[in-house]
Amino acid sequence: MLCGTPIPRTGFMGRMATVRLLPACLLLLSCRFASASSPTSIFDPAATPAHSIFTLSMLVLSVTLAIFLIVAGLLVYALIRFRQRPSDSEHEPAQIYGSNQIELSWTVIPILIVVMLFLTTTRVVWETEAANKPAAAVDVIVIGHQFWWEYRYPKLGIVTANELHIPTSDPRNPSPTYLEMSSADVSHSFWIPRLAGKMDLIPNRKNTMWVDPPEAGLYLGQCAQYCGTQHAKMLLRVQADSPSDFAAWVKKQQQIPAREIVGNPLAQEGRATFLRTACMSCHTVAGTSANGRFGPDLTHLADRDTIGSGPIKNTPENLRKWIADPNEMKPGSLMPSMHLNDHDLDTITAYLTTLH
Amino acid sequence: MATSTRALEAIDVTDPSARPPGPGLVYQWLTTVDHKKIGLMYIVYALLFLVIGGVQAMLMRIQLAVPNNHFIGPQTFNRLFTVHGTTMIFFVAVPVLFGFGNYLIPLMIGARDMAFPRLNAFSFWLSAFGGVLLYLSYFAGSGLYGAGSAPDVGWFAYAPLTSKVFSPGHSTDYWTLAVLLSGVGTTGTAVNIVATAFCMRCKGMTLMRMPLLVWLYIVASCMVFVAVSPLTTAQIMLCLDRYLGSHFFDTQAGGSAVLWMHFFWIFGHPEVYILILPTFAFINEIVPVFSRKAIFGYPAMVAASVGIGFVSLSVWAHHMFTVGMGPAGNTFFVFSTMVVSVPTGIKVFNWLATIWGGKVIYRVPMLFSVAFLFQFLVAGLTGIMLSAAPFDWQLSASYFVVAHFHYVIVGGILFSLFAAFYYWYPKMTGRMMSERLGKWHFWLFVIGFHLTFDFMHIPGLLGMPRRIYTYEAGRGWELWNFIVGVGAFVQGVATLIFVYNLVQSYFRGKEAGPDPWDAWTLEWATTSPPPDYNFAIEPTATSARPLWDLKHPEDQDSSYE
Amino acid sequence: MTQTTAIPISADEQPWILPNKGIVGMWCLIAAEAAIFMIFVVAYVYYLGKSLSGPTPAQVLELPILGTICLLSSSLTVHAAVTALRKGAVRRCTLALAATVVLGSAFLLTTAKEWHHLIYEIGLTIRTNLFGTTYFSLVGLHATHVVVGLLLLTAALLFSLSGRVTEHHAERLEVLSLYWHFVDAVWVVVFLVVYVIGR
Repeated sequence: MLCGTPIPRTGFMGRMATVRLLPACLLLLSCRFASASSPTSIFDPAATPAHSIFTLSMLVLSVTLAIFLIVAGLLVYALIRFRQRPSDSEHEPAQIYGSNQIELSWTVIPILIVVMLFLTTTRVVWETEAANKPAAAVDVIVIGHQFWWEYRYPKLGIVTANELHIPTSDPRNPSPTYLEMSSADVSHSFWIPRLAGKMDLIPNRKNTMWVDPPEAGLYLGQCAQYCGTQHAKMLLRVQADSPSDFAAWVKKQQQIPAREIVGNPLAQEGRATFLRTACMSCHTVAGTSANGRFGPDLTHLADRDTIGSGPIKNTPENLRKWIADPNEMKPGSLMPSMHLNDHDLDTITAYLTTLH
Repeated sequence: MATSTRALEAIDVTDPSARPPGPGLVYQWLTTVDHKKIGLMYIVYALLFLVIGGVQAMLMRIQLAVPNNHFIGPQTFNRLFTVHGTTMIFFVAVPVLFGFGNYLIPLMIGARDMAFPRLNAFSFWLSAFGGVLLYLSYFAGSGLYGAGSAPDVGWFAYAPLTSKVFSPGHSTDYWTLAVLLSGVGTTGTAVNIVATAFCMRCKGMTLMRMPLLVWLYIVASCMVFVAVSPLTTAQIMLCLDRYLGSHFFDTQAGGSAVLWMHFFWIFGHPEVYILILPTFAFINEIVPVFSRKAIFGYPAMVAASVGIGFVSLSVWAHHMFTVGMGPAGNTFFVFSTMVVSVPTGIKVFNWLATIWGGKVIYRVPMLFSVAFLFQFLVAGLTGIMLSAAPFDWQLSASYFVVAHFHYVIVGGILFSLFAAFYYWYPKMTGRMMSERLGKWHFWLFVIGFHLTFDFMHIPGLLGMPRRIYTYEAGRGWELWNFIVGVGAFVQGVATLIFVYNLVQSYFRGKEAGPDPWDAWTLEWATTSPPPDYNFAIEPTATSARPLWDLKHPEDQDSSYE
Repeated sequence: MTQTTAIPISADEQPWILPNKGIVGMWCLIAAEAAIFMIFVVAYVYYLGKSLSGPTPAQVLELPILGTICLLSSSLTVHAAVTALRKGAVRRCTLALAATVVLGSAFLLTTAKEWHHLIYEIGLTIRTNLFGTTYFSLVGLHATHVVVGLLLLTAALLFSLSGRVTEHHAERLEVLSLYWHFVDAVWVVVFLVVYVIGR
């Protein structure tokens, strides 16, 4: 067996080897470079579940990379070393039908690798899914809808939509957020790569997951289970607040908007129009007769950065356009156009922008 | 058990000119029960749908090339990925692989035809009609969203999205019925393959002397019995739900959406093994011939194939790691999925050992086979990554998974199919395909494939889910999606070269003769193309390589049995 | 234009016996059908006790003893038919086939009676609740297979009556009887799961 034969860079096999190995190198480089500039990279963990997965993935990647290099390396060697050369005789090479020892060795070694991977994987599975729930945990019920997210905080008496606020969790005194998930219609999936793996929201079923980001910040994601026309725009925004900021947010959410909107007759008229038309049969605004559950809760709509579950910035112009015809901005959205006249659109928009 | 007898040579004479002219060409092909004609019909049918499915893929890639694109709208896109997936699995991969099986198995075992020729024809026409039905949905009328147009529920059609409430109209029914018909046709073909392989072998061909291709088709067919039926059942249940008001997957009545997932994936995972086993079959035949060596470890290969068949029936819920099965359920499926990699790895090592010490000849079939070996290795390794459930919690339903399975299906199955085309085209048509065009096809396709599917892993790692018609800017996905799209076009061009090669070689290819590759299995012991009756004299098999024994009387395989 | 190829043959004249393709084919079909039934049984078992409303199995189901005896005996008669035909006793075969058809039809009648009672007197249908869904689909699928089997057996009976059946057809009749035994075996499973365990 020739050991010192260099892999030729020219010629057919050289090109083959290059084409094979070049993408692998490019891929690795791209990964490192790319993850730094993406807010949803799994290689940029910001909570315990994502960290555990990251560590496991590094192990698995190393093992598979090693296997690749060895097997591909042997393959490249064999393909070059044993290629037919013009100087070869006409005889066929020695016919070797098999070898029990060799078969045994390349059965046993993979089994050992599998056992090792299996044990490490199982540990992470159990430590994530069977983790003890601390007393300080915050409970949120997440209900998936076509195409928005409903969040209920049962112990805090809050209902909101599309933008989830959670407290940060100090590792020395953990206060993770436990998300209990279900769906009101079809299956969805909650995926914030930097915080944890995804968990599906399935009707008639309760699934649970938890996250505990130590750092405040905005964490992005989106629905990861095809749920219909606007699956692509069912975005996720999770705002982790420091404990004091979170408490302030909770307090604000618990407030009920006043009946009288002082100094804003347009908004006052809008409120009346809102309650008079079909808006109230789908939406809820605390402190009014609007108690529909089909659409998102609008009580503190004006505090949200986005509307339409993420893809549209929450500005009065966008809000007005949305109400005029949701299907133009998000075709397939289940909110119908209410065919309001311009005046009603103005007043209702004005009203909604007062809902802080 | 087998007595080692020396192979003797006889001269098999074919005199096609003596046959009287038959009925019209169209009538002949419509009513044929000849396995070769049926096999060719399957293959051409699949090629047609491959091109259509490829165009669908390119349309999707154009839409995704830049963020917030308006090339096609969400409804159209959702129909595209549904029909693309359904087409590629049921109306490309299954027909082309069973088409090759149909053509080759009787020839390789020295038989005159399949065990049930009329069932063979019936299965083909049933499956073919399924494909037509799926595409009929595009024309069946517009109107209310979802009513009468193409299905848009994804190729695995999760409940309750497929219930009448969330999918009004008939689009989902087109999917259900088209795939149901395809499944019944596939089951019929599988019955034929098993009965043929067990009951129609020529003299002397014991089970351990069959070409490995036949073994792999037997295992795949047995898997069809056990795996396609759950899908048929689930679809019957779905039809009952949609039309008779039953509650199999009706979550409002206490039904379970997860039950559909279990039933679907009990089918869906073995299905992809049903597709990959014939792929292995082609490699098992081609690599030895172009390495000029017998396959290394024939019994181990049989054992590994049967092992894969059994174990792959137990791994299905690795598609459901994010469904909330609980740590015990997840752990079991992590284990079974990792275990199935062991017999699969054994096959890869045996191929390596076949090449080792051989004399590798780089003709086009071998080029595609070599690419297969590297690409299948990578695909298997990304599969191992995904089998680690926590890793899958991140990457399930993301573009990493899309990249993984396309790596298997395109990088593995399609490449092996190309190898099979170039290898057996001479036998089927009597002409060689152009080596020059073949090399252009190969290199362009390799470049396009790697541009698309290597880089497709990255958006998955960066959080991009699948089945989205557009995406936000600023997620870091833009560049990769663009590159993926470029690769798609390169592959499209390469495929066109391939199709041109197929057609042009039929009229102007070099005459092939019965055995252009100096191969060793029985299909090369008859003319190219074979006469209707395959062999004028029933051959005898003295070893697993009957023609090797003929060509090397001093060193016959039979002396080593 | 004549073409020639070299083809391997052997001087050995050992007997070369392979299994009967009809039997192998039928076993394959049985495997596929068994998988279909398995999934319906799994659905039935999974949904036991999960109906949100409506009658439960214990409330409305009675052991179908008569039907079961009829169906299982028909397996014996069809076996007798095959044995008779193997020996060339065509008359006996015809009688046994007739008995099989009668017993099979009796089974269908008992099922029809039970369904009539459930649908029209109790008001349980496939859309009533999960039990209704899984019960009617599972038992209905089995009944469909019985109908198909009876059609084939009747055809065989008619051929036999018209004198067209001889000893040579014994293996084909065996293939049919294999299907019929499968149908009976499925009934044993359905009986146990639905009427015994599930109630």
